[in-house]
Order: sequence, then structure tokens, then C-alpha cells
Amino acid sequence: MEVSRHWRLKKERYAMVGEVCPHCEQKIFPPRDICPDCGQEARTLFRFSGRGEVYSYTTVYSAPTGHEVNAPYTVALVRLEEGPMVTAQLTDLGEKQVEIGMPVEMVTRRLRAEGESGILVYGYKFRPQLSAS
Amino acid sequence: MSEMKPSPNAVYIVGIGLTQVAEHWERSLRELALEAIQAARAESPTLQPEALYVANMLSVSLSAQAQLGALLADFAGLRGIEACTVEAAGASGGAALRQAYLALRSGACQAALVVGAEKVSDKVSAEIEAALATASDADFESVQGITAAALAALLMRRYLNETQAPPDALAGFSLNAHANAAANPYAMFRRPIKKEAYARAAMLSEPVSILDAAPVADGAAALLLARGDALPEGSVLPPIRIAASTIAVTAPAIHDRPDPLFLTAAAEAAHRAYQQAGLSAEEVDLFELHDVFTIYAALALEAAGFAARGEGWRLAQDGAIGREGKIPICTFGGSKGRGDTAGATGVYQAAEVVMQLQGRAGENQVRDARIGMAQCLGGSGATAATHILIRDDGL
Ligand SMILES: [Zn+2]
Repeated sequence: MEVSRHWRLKKERYAMVGEVCPHCEQKIFPPRDICPDCGQEARTLFRFSGRGEVYSYTTVYSAPTGHEVNAPYTVALVRLEEGPMVTAQLTDLGEKQVEIGMPVEMVTRRLRAEGESGILVYGYKFRPQLSAS
Repeated sequence: MSEMKPSPNAVYIVGIGLTQVAEHWERSLRELALEAIQAARAESPTLQPEALYVANMLSVSLSAQAQLGALLADFAGLRGIEACTVEAAGASGGAALRQAYLALRSGACQAALVVGAEKVSDKVSAEIEAALATASDADFESVQGITAAALAALLMRRYLNETQAPPDALAGFSLNAHANAAANPYAMFRRPIKKEAYARAAMLSEPVSILDAAPVADGAAALLLARGDALPEGSVLPPIRIAASTIAVTAPAIHDRPDPLFLTAAAEAAHRAYQQAGLSAEEVDLFELHDVFTIYAALALEAAGFAARGEGWRLAQDGAIGREGKIPICTFGGSKGRGDTAGATGVYQAAEVVMQLQGRAGENQVRDARIGMAQCLGGSGATAATHILIRDDGL
């Protein structure tokens, strides 16, 4: 039932495609068509590098419906190189201790299983930057 | 004191009703709401409300019940009146009060009811987490498995990092809330806690522990409002004037806000309220703020101008937020001690301010309280509804 909703967002979630404002150069993610900075139309697509650093992070133990099997998991606010921030799970951490400022990069992973029919929702997560380790 | 006449088109609160916040296994949403409505109406029994504004966030997702306006009006014996639900997540209570205020202020009706009601105890934890997470951006926050506690934790960790405050910097908010809840018969928790307990508390989402978080529970609260030209005669309790009523919003997702540690909606709503009421933060005698997580208490104090950026936590260190302090907050326990009733919170807050201003707060009384402010937030601060209530002398 939610297939179309997730299909609609696949460009953003798989490839980190956002927008750049033609008026003020602001990079925008997630895409929103009206620049939050200058209030003018912004529909020029822009592909983000997927690199950024951890602004803050925490662990979810008591997960909402659809995410229980993954708990506990780490979620973070990631400040992208190009400026915007995203909320995402961190993955492939191994023994690595997460800290504020840690360089991370985007990967595509399964986010959750939805409903009885088990639609799998894929999207971005972030892992420690390989070059930085 | 000189005799004052009520201003005809000013809006007054002339009745309040509260139910205890608890896990009411044996009672339904409509029964809780009815108890609150009847208690509020009993304080001005001659007044006939023409409208009912229901504050609720979770009924659709947890109780499969929409149209609470009709449901609760019908159950309260008020068939025929105007009624609807107002939803703004955790700010629903303040948002519903604002709608009632506007209706009265415009003269569209003379008297109106506001009821905030939530029922969560019928569901298990994962469903409640998911329902609470609907306050977030579903496509870009919730899809990542975010919870209300996790969002608070992201803000709290960054706040402690940027301010270089000690790990227990926010403990005072929890201690103050529980100390004040101890004497509140409507609170879920009636026992004060010690600082050592805060240090030992189990983690929900580091650095947010169970003593930084208000547990969700069932409850209902109601307010009865009347215009100045429709005030009932011979009331024992002084009517409380709504001197300011505001709502401001920002992006639901924390990641969409340029400065996540400054609650712009809360600041905007508070400062507009000061302007409307024609006063400054220093004149406010008490502040019922949003403390569903302790970090929001610090951020709300900063947003409303009671502390500089990054300094809100210091107010919890030196008794400034206590009943005798410079700016008493959560004087009946806030959400932390009272229990978090989601969309109903703003109605509890307003009722508590009324009790303070009418001098019937018992052990929780703030001395000579005349001006009180209430602010509730939706989600991580996307919506802020602020009200300033004043007891006019001689009314
Ligand atoms: Zn722009």
C-alpha cells in the first residue's frame, strides 16, 4: 500500500539527489522546490557527494514498528560537505567508536520491512569514510 | 485594589478540569474527556458552551478514532454545537486553545470549551513509538527509525558538546519536575527523586536517560472560556484573562533547521506573545514549558529569553526554576512529573497556570503569581503554541 510513496522517493534515497537554488546557490536536501533560504523556486537537480561528518548521534533500543528487528541501531545527524544536514542510520561501524565530527560517507542499505507483506524499503545510511580510517 | 470591568471582547478562562495522568486501563478516551469537561463546566455552571475544540494527536493511530469533535461533544451531551479536533502533535493543546481564543475574540461565539485528551495505554511500545514518531518528517526522519527519544538525544548530545556543560547539566530539570509533582494530585509520579538516581538512571537513547524523559500516559484536561461580555455572574474564582495567544512553526525535521540548537518557533511564539501582552520576559511570574525531554526545557528557556544561548542549563543549577526562584517552571511537575499526555499537554499547562493565578495551587503555589506563561511544542519544536495568562486585579 505504501509502495508508491517509497518509489516516488527513490531518487533522493538511493542517489542523494537534491537541488541547488539558481538564485542563491544554496544546496538543498531533501529536495523541496522552494529554497528555504531565499524563498524562490529551486528545481535544478544536484547530486550530493554523499560525504559529510557526524553532527550528533545516538542509539535506538526501543524501536518503532518496522524497525524492531534492527534494534539497537545508531542514528545520526550528518552535516553533508555541501552544507545541508540529513538524518540517517550509521552502519558498518565495527569496533569504531562514533564521535561528533567523524567523517562518514553514504551507502545504500535496507531501512526497514513494512507491514505483513514485508515491503523492503531501501535508502541511504552512512558509514565511516574508508579513506579516513 | 480598584474595581475593574472586564473588557467586552477580551477572552477569559472561567473553568478548568483535570484528570489524573496515569495508565487508566479501565477507562476510555471519551470517559477521561468527559470527566475533564464536566469538572471545567462545574466551575461556571450557568455558561453554555457553543463550541468544543479537541486537542489530540494519537487517537487516529492508536485508537482508530477520528472525528473526536463529534465523538466527545456527543458523549458530553453537547450534540448540536460546533466541534472539531485540532492537531499539532505535542502542541495540539496550545493550538486548540488558540482556536477557541480566536473564535471568542472574533465574537463568533460567547463561550467555548477546550479539551485535550490522549489514550495510549491500550497499545504496546513499538506502536506507541511509531505513533509518537508521526510528529517527525515521515519521509526523511521516521523512515530512518528515529524515535522521539532519539531526536531529543541528538539535540542533547550536541548541546552538551557545544556548551561543554557537565553530563548531569540537565538533572535539575528532572529533579525540579519530580519535586513539584509530589504535591500534585493529578500527577503520575508523586515521589521526588535524588540527584544520585539521575546519575544511575538507565539510558533510553544516550545521553537521554529515563529520568530525562517523560513517560507517555493517559489523561484529559479541559478549559471553559468566555468573552468579557459573557462572563458568568457571581463566580467565586477570578476569571483569568488570555493576554496573548500565538503559534509559530518551523521545519518538522531537525536536519532542515539551520541551527538545530535554537528553537526558532518557540522563540517566535514567545516574543510575539510578549508583544501582544505588552510585557517582557522579566515580568512573567511562572512558565509552564515543554519538558517532555529535559533538553527541551533548557532550549525553551533560551528561546523565550530567560537565558542566553547555551546557558539555559545553568538555570537548573541554582534554584532559579524552583517555586521561589527567578522563573519557576513546571510548577505542578511538568510533563516529566505529571506524565506526558502528548496532544493534551498544552491544556494541562494552561489549567495549571490558571490554578497558580487564582491562588489555588496549594503546596505548589508560586507566591503572588499574577502573570503566567504556557508553551507547548510539537515534535522536536516544529510547532510552538504560547499563551500568556493574567489575573487582573479587582475582577
Ligand atoms: Zn535560494
